[in-house]
Amino acid sequence: MRHGRYRFIFGFLAAPVILYVVFVISPYIQAFYISLTNWKGISANPQFIGLENYTRLLDDEVFWAAVRHHGVLLLVMPLVTIVIALFFSFLLNLSGGQRGGQMRGIWGSKVYRVIFFLPQVLAVAIVGVLFQAIYRPDESGVINGLLGLVGIDPVGWLIAPDLALWSIIGVMVWQAVGFYVVLFSAGMSSIPKDVFEAAELDGANRSTLFFKITLPLLWDTMQVAWVYLGIAAFDAFALVQVLSVDRGGPDNSTTVLPLEIWRTAFNFSKFGYASAMGVVLFFMTITFAALTLRVTRRERIEF
Amino acid sequence: MSYSAGTPGDITRRQMLRRIGLTALVAGPAAGLLSACATGGSNAPAATTSAAPSSGGAVSAANPFGVAANAPLEVVIFKGGLGDSYATDVHEPLYKKTFPQATVKHVATQQIAQTLQPRFASGDVPDVIANSGTDLMDTGALQQEGQLQDLTELWDAPSIDDPAKKVRDTVAPGTIESGLIDNKPYLMNYVFSAYGLWYDSALFEKNGWTPPKTFEEFKALAEKIKAAGITPFAYAGKNASYYAFWMILISAAKIEGNQVLIDIDNLEDGVWKRDSVKQSAAAWAEIGKYMDKSFEGLIHTEVQTRQNQGKVALYPSGSWLENEQKSQTPEGFKYALTPTPSVTAADKMPFEAIRAAAGEAYIVPSKAKNPKGGLEYLRIMLSKEGARGFTEKSGNITVVTGAADGLDLSPGNASLSAAQTAAGQNIVTFSSFENWYKELETELRKQTNALMFGRITADQFCDNMQKAADKTKSDSSITKQKRTV
Repeated sequence: MRHGRYRFIFGFLAAPVILYVVFVISPYIQAFYISLTNWKGISANPQFIGLENYTRLLDDEVFWAAVRHHGVLLLVMPLVTIVIALFFSFLLNLSGGQRGGQMRGIWGSKVYRVIFFLPQVLAVAIVGVLFQAIYRPDESGVINGLLGLVGIDPVGWLIAPDLALWSIIGVMVWQAVGFYVVLFSAGMSSIPKDVFEAAELDGANRSTLFFKITLPLLWDTMQVAWVYLGIAAFDAFALVQVLSVDRGGPDNSTTVLPLEIWRTAFNFSKFGYASAMGVVLFFMTITFAALTLRVTRRERIEF
Repeated sequence: MSYSAGTPGDITRRQMLRRIGLTALVAGPAAGLLSACATGGSNAPAATTSAAPSSGGAVSAANPFGVAANAPLEVVIFKGGLGDSYATDVHEPLYKKTFPQATVKHVATQQIAQTLQPRFASGDVPDVIANSGTDLMDTGALQQEGQLQDLTELWDAPSIDDPAKKVRDTVAPGTIESGLIDNKPYLMNYVFSAYGLWYDSALFEKNGWTPPKTFEEFKALAEKIKAAGITPFAYAGKNASYYAFWMILISAAKIEGNQVLIDIDNLEDGVWKRDSVKQSAAAWAEIGKYMDKSFEGLIHTEVQTRQNQGKVALYPSGSWLENEQKSQTPEGFKYALTPTPSVTAADKMPFEAIRAAAGEAYIVPSKAKNPKGGLEYLRIMLSKEGARGFTEKSGNITVVTGAADGLDLSPGNASLSAAQTAAGQNIVTFSSFENWYKELETELRKQTNALMFGRITADQFCDNMQKAADKTKSDSSITKQKRTV
């Protein structure tokens, strides 16, 4: 009977595993192979050229610009998103003081929760189109129109090379915050009330509550958030594609690897070279995720 | 894992077998999929498609390619500025009239490459493709892979209107040459376009402005236009910086002659650093200063609409502009074309010279199911009736000589035809590198924005472009092409 059980489990798992292998794992493996060829994406017989694509990457200016931008995104985007999300979820859940032994959020917190989550519901393409109007570089843009009312000249949000990437990071943060507010709220609600009660009896103020109680007990959730956001920082394709000047411009100032992979493959017909970029991106993402999980590992507090 | 002991252990042998059968059902097609993936299939798909029913049909005077009368035809049309009614209402019915038994499948898309690249990879290709738009297929790459039908047969076939004439003798000079890849005709460039600066002649008349003939006049006029509160010159940096680099290339050709454009296509050493390119870039950068910075963040339709609203005076574009803006153009707005101003007094070509070229490539994939039907479809497009219908539906003139005669032309088209007459033999040639070397073209877009919005000088522009051209030249993965005319 024991034997039959394993066969049952195998039978149950086989379908998803096969689907996963066919549609996820096998393209990955293929990408590794294609990256060693000069495949143009049309014929079915690519030539094997060894590591040529990888050596070419070394002095590809645009590729390095994209890598640098991922560095900036990785440093800034998760940090800003998590700080804002933590702040909001603390306000929504715990900052209203106690009533009847329950921690409360500030007044109207239920309405705010819906408002914060709203951007998450929008498809990224719609967000892109929205921000096209918001960031429009002349007076007809939403922000520049408002600035115009107080007599400030229009700002080239997406056309100034020094500003463009930050404008795009702004959109990413705006879109992501809502989800993490909800995530952190769930984490906070699972913290036992008596911990807060005890702390308050001992005379802890709100900031002590936040830094000494909430934050340490939320560590696991934050770790997850950090990994998710980090992986998102390796993407940014859709927003850059829709928002930036000439797809990644001006002067390469906003380009990201997924965009360059797409351009190299579909515009330049260099699927081999694009796959090499893809492989590099794959390793960057994996390394990041592994490092984050390793570095942020802490003792778990069970409650 | 702490399953309650009951459930999984209690399965009978029969249920078990049923489940395994189900898994096999899923696994079976999956294995098939695996072998059909990108590089797994070797040449198998191509072999299956070439065995398609195109072998039928006898060759006759009326059917020079020997099209099988009942073979279905699939036409993929880029639905952009030209719309697609010219295909659904004119060419496809004409094809059906010739071959009543054939079914014609019409596909309209704005993203040619995304739609068709996977189909080329798997061998399931349509018979005619209007390869246009931002996301067009790289025809150079297609040709290298042997995916394009050589059109020599088409150009040598008898014309539908006059069987005594070959098709090649019924089109504007330069048409066939513009579709050469590796010295063989693979592209049928169908639309006759002229490039230059477009303006509202009514607005200019009202203000007493005349289009400038030299860059000195251009700057003087720009000051006047600016004083009137209108942006003298603008283009859309976000997605149409190539409109601006066309102007730079045209001016360079006017200074030095067409050879410079031919040399650029041939990746000649140091061509981007020649005086002609440098002078032209410097002259246009001066004009760029009259443009508000915000135009770099706008797309072409936004800038074109601003021109329709009387906020932009001169706009670089091609002759499709009038048609593209039809729904935005207010009453009384009259599109007119003026050639690019002369840069120096010693220019090789006169002010009147314009770039006129056959554009909008139509291709027949060689591994299509009905490539002969594809050729016949193109021959129908090149008939007088097909061309006239195209002009009526799309508002654009075709390469077919005299096909638009007697049609009531719009102000823009009338101005185009006047400019063409004035130019005579002084025609600035087309550029092939835009299709041959996409990477170089992408770099040129970038550098043009940087130049026109004042981030780099003309010298830096030339240096950067020379570097990009050298990179393309030394890239062994890009097949080099040559042109002589």
